[in-house]
Amino acid sequence: MSESIKPMLSARYGIEESWELANAERAGAYRVAREALTTRKPAELKEEVKKANIRGRGGAGFPAGVKWGFLNRREGEQIYLVINADESEPGTFKDRSIMDLDPHRLIEGAIISCFAIDAHLAYIYVRGELAFSIGRLERAVAEARKAGYLGERPFGVEHPIDVHVHSGAGAYICGEETALLNSLEGRRGEPRLKPPFPAVKGAFGMPTIVNNVETIASVPDIVEMGGEAWSALSRLPGDGGIRLYGVSGHVKNPGLYEAPVGITMRELIDDYAGGMIGDRPLKAVIPGGSSTPVLDPRRKVDAPDENHPLHDWHGQSEIDVPMGVDTYRALGTMLGTCCAIVMDDTVNMVEACRNLMRFYKHESCGQCTPCREGTGWLVDVLDNLCAGRGKPEDVELLVNISNNMMGNTICAFADGTAMPMLGMVQKFREEFMQAATHGVPDGVRHDESVRAMVQGGA
Amino acid sequence: MAFALTPEREQQVDDVLTRYPERRAALLPVLWLCQRQNGWISPDVIEYVSKRLELSTSIIKGVVTFYTMFFDEPVGENVVWVCRTLSCDLRGGKAIQEHLETKLGCTAGHTSADGKFTILKAECLAACGQAPMVQINDFYYENLDVELLDRIIDAHASKGGDAAAAEFSTFASFRAPSTATGGSLSSAPPPPSAEALRLASERPGPAEETGEES
Repeated sequence: MSESIKPMLSARYGIEESWELANAERAGAYRVAREALTTRKPAELKEEVKKANIRGRGGAGFPAGVKWGFLNRREGEQIYLVINADESEPGTFKDRSIMDLDPHRLIEGAIISCFAIDAHLAYIYVRGELAFSIGRLERAVAEARKAGYLGERPFGVEHPIDVHVHSGAGAYICGEETALLNSLEGRRGEPRLKPPFPAVKGAFGMPTIVNNVETIASVPDIVEMGGEAWSALSRLPGDGGIRLYGVSGHVKNPGLYEAPVGITMRELIDDYAGGMIGDRPLKAVIPGGSSTPVLDPRRKVDAPDENHPLHDWHGQSEIDVPMGVDTYRALGTMLGTCCAIVMDDTVNMVEACRNLMRFYKHESCGQCTPCREGTGWLVDVLDNLCAGRGKPEDVELLVNISNNMMGNTICAFADGTAMPMLGMVQKFREEFMQAATHGVPDGVRHDESVRAMVQGGA
Repeated sequence: MAFALTPEREQQVDDVLTRYPERRAALLPVLWLCQRQNGWISPDVIEYVSKRLELSTSIIKGVVTFYTMFFDEPVGENVVWVCRTLSCDLRGGKAIQEHLETKLGCTAGHTSADGKFTILKAECLAACGQAPMVQINDFYYENLDVELLDRIIDAHASKGGDAAAAEFSTFASFRAPSTATGGSLSSAPPPPSAEALRLASERPGPAEETGEES
């Protein structure tokens, strides 16, 4: 069912040394920025982004055009654009491809966005591990400055714009926008209380827009096509355009794919990623990074009411619902970063869950007690279950701890831990009960289907 | 002996300070510069940064301990981060860790007897589509199996980090949907050319290539 689309975001990925300015420019880079800055008004550009219905690509899915509308500048303040390249939600690996393979698209998007929101300075906050990507970006920024696309008069226009690349140093929480701002300012990456939101008081106390890499990289295409036309590339209303889809885990061809918004998970796995390794059955898929509740292909959509947003898919499998911010919310999960983790029938869900909860325990910033303690307790209970020291009540305990974490903390980290935990218990309760009474058999691990591949002859 | 940055790096600190409206914002970039020179954030590094940025040592210590990539104790010549989050584990991350531990004779969290390698467990490194993977120093090594891992580790031991990176390290790969059914098998881009690496290592600023030090 999937039609091929003309690659847009990834259009220049295949070009030899696509990260060099000359090569990117020969393939169209900076054409839109030049035209936008020299012939269009900032308000028009903002309007195009609004009409594009682009839902933030960082995971929360908030409409970027609406976010831009929240900017509130008082006398004497300057506006900052901060680009979130902290990509660290487990399963997610899309923004890195933009930075590595087409850094000039991101810079072009930053230039247009700065002009549109009346900012003069953009910071790109990249997770520290991506030293290579940071190098690529810094070189690209230097090239753009030299060419006169950044600086005092970009494209000859009296609107100074500069971009700086800022390296993180290893902390998942810095993907949360206010933690990111603290980290940018040289502080511990602890989220801030909101309000005030960054659009009112963000970086260095100034009104700030924080957008994901992919969101900003989409801006040149949006401006070129016009917001409405770009939005219409999507298969869904109110959730526009094309996006990058990632697939990891037990598929034949893990990797990144560009497709319209609204393809189904089944299409992503079977048509794009080539199906399951060894043609084993699909057991579960985490749709958009580890904080999004798991999907179970056996489960059917229950929406007999005609007014239910998922009524069209009533009776179909969860993985046949189009992947969109609103459709997935209605399904009880989230689209998140749109990078799926696919698991076959060899995976023990209690072990998989323990793996993820260890991640959250490690990454909780420790500021709020329910999160700091709760993530640790979840791991303790799961350790007990896996070791055969559990009891049936422990399964309810997991639910109880999760419920007490949700909504009781400064940022969404605790919810992002509790939601997938609850989803796992809800959808695979029998496996948790089995672990509670019998433990997880010794030697169960997640890589049964690929271990021979990894270990070679061993 | 008191710690001091090399004159070139001092220059970079001056440059970094021009990028932000507040002096304190240079803290992470300056800590990076120091760690690249010194290998870890030792107490005398903290003293130095405290004077250079006019911040108290306790504030700096608080920041250093918050971030996993700042080392508050010495590490081996090469730091191997093994990703053990779910996507990698589904593709054999545990087997990779076990193989490394056997090969280097130390467990995760420790340094090999010859001081050449420190193994650390990492949480998701954003390379899930190319799992399993490790990060060694500044570079990613992806789509691993134990045989490839052996070659990568041996290259680090015999030729050093730069040469090993030029030969084996990887950057983002991508499959373009090119057929009606999508999901073409067009091959991933080749590993970065020596030229690309050289340029990456010449980049200015705090994220400059390490490797030659430590």
